[in-house]
Amino acid sequence: MQWHDEGVILGIKRHGETSVVAEVMTRDHGRHMGLVHGGRSRRQQPLLQPGNRVDLVWRARLADHLGAFRVEPLSLRAARLMERACALYGVQAMAALLRLLPERDPHPALYAALDAILDALHEPASAGELFVRFELAVLDELGFGLDLTRCASTGATAALVYVSPKSGRAVSREAGLPFADRLLALPPFLADRQASPEREDLTDAFRLTGFFLVRNVYEPRGIAVPSAREAFVRSVLAVPADTAQ
Amino acid sequence: MPRSSTGSQIETLIQLLARVPGLGPRSARRAALHLIKKKDALLGPLAEAMAEAHAAVKVCSTCGNVDTRDPCSICADERRDASTVIVVEDVADLWALERAGAANAMYHVLGGVLSPLDGIGPEELNIRSLVGRVEAGGVDELIVAVNATVEGQTTAHYIMDQVGDLGVKVTRLAHGVPVGGELDYLDDGTLSAALRSRTAF
Repeated sequence: MQWHDEGVILGIKRHGETSVVAEVMTRDHGRHMGLVHGGRSRRQQPLLQPGNRVDLVWRARLADHLGAFRVEPLSLRAARLMERACALYGVQAMAALLRLLPERDPHPALYAALDAILDALHEPASAGELFVRFELAVLDELGFGLDLTRCASTGATAALVYVSPKSGRAVSREAGLPFADRLLALPPFLADRQASPEREDLTDAFRLTGFFLVRNVYEPRGIAVPSAREAFVRSVLAVPADTAQ
Repeated sequence: MPRSSTGSQIETLIQLLARVPGLGPRSARRAALHLIKKKDALLGPLAEAMAEAHAAVKVCSTCGNVDTRDPCSICADERRDASTVIVVEDVADLWALERAGAANAMYHVLGGVLSPLDGIGPEELNIRSLVGRVEAGGVDELIVAVNATVEGQTTAHYIMDQVGDLGVKVTRLAHGVPVGGELDYLDDGTLSAALRSRTAF
């Protein structure tokens, strides 16, 4: 068995004294694990850092074996990610989100989003918005996508300011006003792609995606919200919206 | 089935030696044979030294270092600057810094770094005791000397988050060109980091 693909390193686990098991989000083969012989060497260690985009050849005798990767660099982003807390927490939090997906299940759209977001994650001003959109995409891939395009009650596409916690669908200001205390706030930048988020909007957005991730994914699986997500949210909200850290 | 050519005690010795870092089954067999050949000069004293170390070794309740006393020799050394604490990932890193003799400071051993894939979260590391040391007072600077990896630096930022409000200066090691390193052989990330961290002559 052999395939050739590209992927983003999500994490590594030591294996013996010289090798590692790499966890990679690949473009066409989903989240995939594989042994990297000599992965703890001085030459390979910088390459196998989370966030780096690499060229991969995977080989195994049988399809269900762990197999071994041959890894070559494509884009080494780890050093830039290390400069900022929000980028470091962000890459860990996105890896934690991708671990919710089954192994070897292709999600090319998520891979493309991951690769694009990692290039911009070191900018705190945009990191929050991109991360929220990534969480929405993961919810969608897991079958719990939110419909934020039209009002669940009236079908209106304008003045969408709430989300129903029950259905995950947007609710317009007019229809939602009597139940406002029971609805989740829908920040303008999620309803209208032209709007840019303020800090309060990001707070609402993290609360929105966090609510559905906990209710639909984390609680049913009996797992806690990753500490990296909380740290990422803290680091993004700590930075003034119009300035870098 | 392969026939056993040695007694069970020797086989046990070989199996245990094979679990030591740097030794595989073949080299463990060679090491065992060497020890057996030098039974009085090496095997006996080694066994005694290991038994004594096993009985005496302690983990320092202050810094997490290993020693035969608690607090360890470093924490008990009054000539050291107690206002500076170097935070390291592992005892091996502490020993490396001590070998270099670059700092006359105290240490704090985390016992690893945050690693979601290995299931290591903040609770599994000695971060709470580090915060306790800072809160107790007397620490002016924390030097976070963890590896220049994504996991190491995430841990460094997490420590910064935990102690940032306690009025202590937090610094970290520089990233860049190693002594004896050739630019041509450095990866792009290290080169970029070295350029960004350049200093004036």
